[in-house]
Amino acid sequence: MKTMKLVCVGNGMAGVRTIEELLKLAPDLFDITIFGAEPHPNYNRILLSPVLAGEQTLDEIVLNDREWYAQHSITLEAGKKVTTIDRVRRVVVADDGTEAEYDRLLLATGSNPVILPIPGNALEGVLTYRDIADTEAMIEAATRCRNAVVIGGGLLGLEAANGLRVRGMDVTVVHLLDSLMERQLDRTAAKLLQNSLEARGLKFLLPKQTSEIVAGESGSVCAVRFKDSETISADLVVMAVGVRPNTALAQAARLHCSRGIVVSDTMQTFDPRIYAVGECVNHRGIAYGLVAPLFEMAKVCANHLAGFGIGRYPGSLTSTKLKVTGIDLFSAGDFVGGEGTEHITLSDPVAGIYKKLVLKDEKLVGAVLYGDTLDGAYYFRLLREGRSVTDVRDRLMFGEANLGDTGHLGQNRAAAMSDDMEVCGCNGVCKGAIVKAIREQKLYTLDDVRKHTKASSSCGSCTGLVEQLLISVAGADYSAAPRQKPLCGCTDHTHAEVRKAIRDEKILTITDALLLLGWRTPNGCAACRPALNYYLISTWPHEARDDPQSRFINERAHANIQKDGTFSVVPRMWGGITNSSELRRIADVVDKYAIPTVKVTGGQRIDLLGVKKQDLPAVWRDLDMPSGHAYAKALRTVKTCVGSEWCRFGVQDSTRMGQELERALWRMYAPHKVKLAVSGCPRNCAESGIKDVGVIGVDSGWEIYVAGNGGIKTEVAQFLVKVKSHDEVLEHAGAFLQLYREEGWYLERTVHFVHRVGLDYVKKRVLDDPEGRKVLHERLLFALKGEPDPWAERASGIGRQEFESLEPATEAAL
Amino acid sequence: MRKPDVVCAEIPSRADAIANARELGEPEPGMLKWTRICRIDEIPRLGARVVRRGVAPNIAVFRTASDMFYALADRCPHRGGPLSQGIVYGERVACPLHNTNVELDSGCAVAPDKGRVQRFMVKVEADFVYVDLEIQADGNH
Repeated sequence: MKTMKLVCVGNGMAGVRTIEELLKLAPDLFDITIFGAEPHPNYNRILLSPVLAGEQTLDEIVLNDREWYAQHSITLEAGKKVTTIDRVRRVVVADDGTEAEYDRLLLATGSNPVILPIPGNALEGVLTYRDIADTEAMIEAATRCRNAVVIGGGLLGLEAANGLRVRGMDVTVVHLLDSLMERQLDRTAAKLLQNSLEARGLKFLLPKQTSEIVAGESGSVCAVRFKDSETISADLVVMAVGVRPNTALAQAARLHCSRGIVVSDTMQTFDPRIYAVGECVNHRGIAYGLVAPLFEMAKVCANHLAGFGIGRYPGSLTSTKLKVTGIDLFSAGDFVGGEGTEHITLSDPVAGIYKKLVLKDEKLVGAVLYGDTLDGAYYFRLLREGRSVTDVRDRLMFGEANLGDTGHLGQNRAAAMSDDMEVCGCNGVCKGAIVKAIREQKLYTLDDVRKHTKASSSCGSCTGLVEQLLISVAGADYSAAPRQKPLCGCTDHTHAEVRKAIRDEKILTITDALLLLGWRTPNGCAACRPALNYYLISTWPHEARDDPQSRFINERAHANIQKDGTFSVVPRMWGGITNSSELRRIADVVDKYAIPTVKVTGGQRIDLLGVKKQDLPAVWRDLDMPSGHAYAKALRTVKTCVGSEWCRFGVQDSTRMGQELERALWRMYAPHKVKLAVSGCPRNCAESGIKDVGVIGVDSGWEIYVAGNGGIKTEVAQFLVKVKSHDEVLEHAGAFLQLYREEGWYLERTVHFVHRVGLDYVKKRVLDDPEGRKVLHERLLFALKGEPDPWAERASGIGRQEFESLEPATEAAL
Repeated sequence: MRKPDVVCAEIPSRADAIANARELGEPEPGMLKWTRICRIDEIPRLGARVVRRGVAPNIAVFRTASDMFYALADRCPHRGGPLSQGIVYGERVACPLHNTNVELDSGCAVAPDKGRVQRFMVKVEADFVYVDLEIQADGNH
């Protein structure tokens, strides 16, 4: 079969990114030709401002050098502008007569700067700010001219003005409105920005409308005149009043355009052979001018070009960061607000810090940060996730670090770290290594960084730091993950969608789930199979089929795998209480099976480490104690203090309460591990404040706290309710845990679950609705009813195959 | 065709290795010594079993959903984890220690992870699985 031909018009970031994505999926599907009007290979347009300011060189911002095109057998027609698309013959023609046939055409023509329709707009010395040629012209002009006027006080205009100022020019910024960057900033932030730019020597005239650009004797520009007849001298004028999607070519080919080339969610134009991506398109009425959406479009477009036909582009949320060194500015979403919105502001004019968060319906909908943009990534994430912020509202302004999400050693300021400082303490990854990987491997997403460096891929507590590094190294706005994360790479469905489908369609097996939900892989992966298995058995207890091959080894073998491949065994000790015969049996087992290490755990139990897998069933048989589930996403321990039975301060029998809870809840699988504690008085010796469910005895009853965590980031549990009796404790704790079991996402601890849904929601379900609470509790009891002790089962010989190795037959055949 | 995202050198097949040895006049790799390991149904689909070899590293024998059988040294190239204990999916296994993914077919870690584990010859005949416990599939003794 003849190889199909793909022609890409536009050699910029969107077009080439699409080609890169396509090569990953289908490297040999197309003969590819790329036309670019500029004579350069693909470069990072975002970084033109640092080039203008002399902080980077042109070579440094090249993304794909000519060698790359050659390596992938791509014909690069640089410096040739396509003027005609012949949709009948399927040929494009460039201004020098070069023709190229296509089977698929990709339009990535970007946008054009807007030229004000005023007299003198074409004079020598009048420039726009869009590409390398403009940048070079400005750099050159700065060497011989004195007075520059920049028309336009938006992002691009201010970056141009700053660059020219740094290069020694006298720069005046003229803006039509009375507030700078009005599309990204509110008035207060704009004023702060103006002040600090004035301190750097920039002058501002606003509001001011330009009426004419005046020519001097030499014929080039000499002054700018305004509507109020004021005139200022200028030997360089930069027009940065906005960009307009470049649709001339598409329009000439009679493709439907309306403020951009109109595309569908699959990035197709009205001619199905022709795709369009980037700044030139109008998707659902929006033309994007930032890089993150372009990359998201590229991914979807490449998938369809490759013939996979999976994926839709649903639109993006965008954020902005001004690239003027020394000025930190960030804005995202609806930062102005309006009907029904609330604002939280922090203003410290002396320190030059201003922050405004806009909330609507208890969700963050917009943010402006000036002077301290550290938490930009965090707010942007909250914005995308659209989760309720009620629970963190009082601390929201102080950012993520305040919520405990900091890196190793508590750093929270990636920029201040030196290259050899450790960012990821789990995998020992330093800042330098991450920065290098982002630069050299051209990483744009958190997932990319995780894959290539392992940073942030284990416990995730340094995620905020890694995101900061991405923003500072990769440019203005790194490609943000889609709003709702799919469960894994095998599917586009989110955890919520998968849970719903399993419930609504009554799916009972993994095979059916993969089939009905249209999984891309034949049998999932190591990430999604355990999640699916949990969703099945938690949604349909006693009906769904538990698949041992979809469980992580620890849950398959009912013991914890160690670094040398041996296992550890933690028998259950109800409420941390044991006796002489249990201890004797443990001692005998340790001797009989030569178990090298015996350790007392933090959960008031005993851990036997270094047990060989084949010994496990016999160890369990000899121990004759139930499984402690220390290996499972399940109820682990219920830690107790001695309570009123012995303690002179104790006011409640916490040991008995703990044992009752543990006997009621053991064998309970959950999205993640679950730990409980019961203290007999407010001195709280059992540390109930950092448990998934913590119970504290007071003179008049029990206080129940939920969603605490003592692990990666310490989170204090939140007060749920105070009750009187043991039965009430059992019912409330049970109902809360069943809610988590039914609505939590796999690997989501209770603290993250409650963060996501909000404590108010938990209260609504567990406190305000007594009937609902009873039903939840009953569903939990039903799920646990008749659930066997896995150790007793295996000690009796069930599932023996898992623990035995194969004995080769002695005969040699063949 | 989708290119597998696996980075590793091309490995000559056993037949290639024998042909190559003949051409160079070198002694041919020894005759295959098939050892019967188990019945097919003794290895669960999307699972593995371990064959102990005394002092030599254990061998993990994998079975995929489509009943392909593969034998690899039971040592992850990352930190030596027992691959036999991992979750098998598609034609890969995820190491239980740090989730390094290994191609069952080539023994190569999936990019961006690096490294390769030894592979062993497997055949299935009349419901039994046979492995050559000594000769590695890539011809190096």
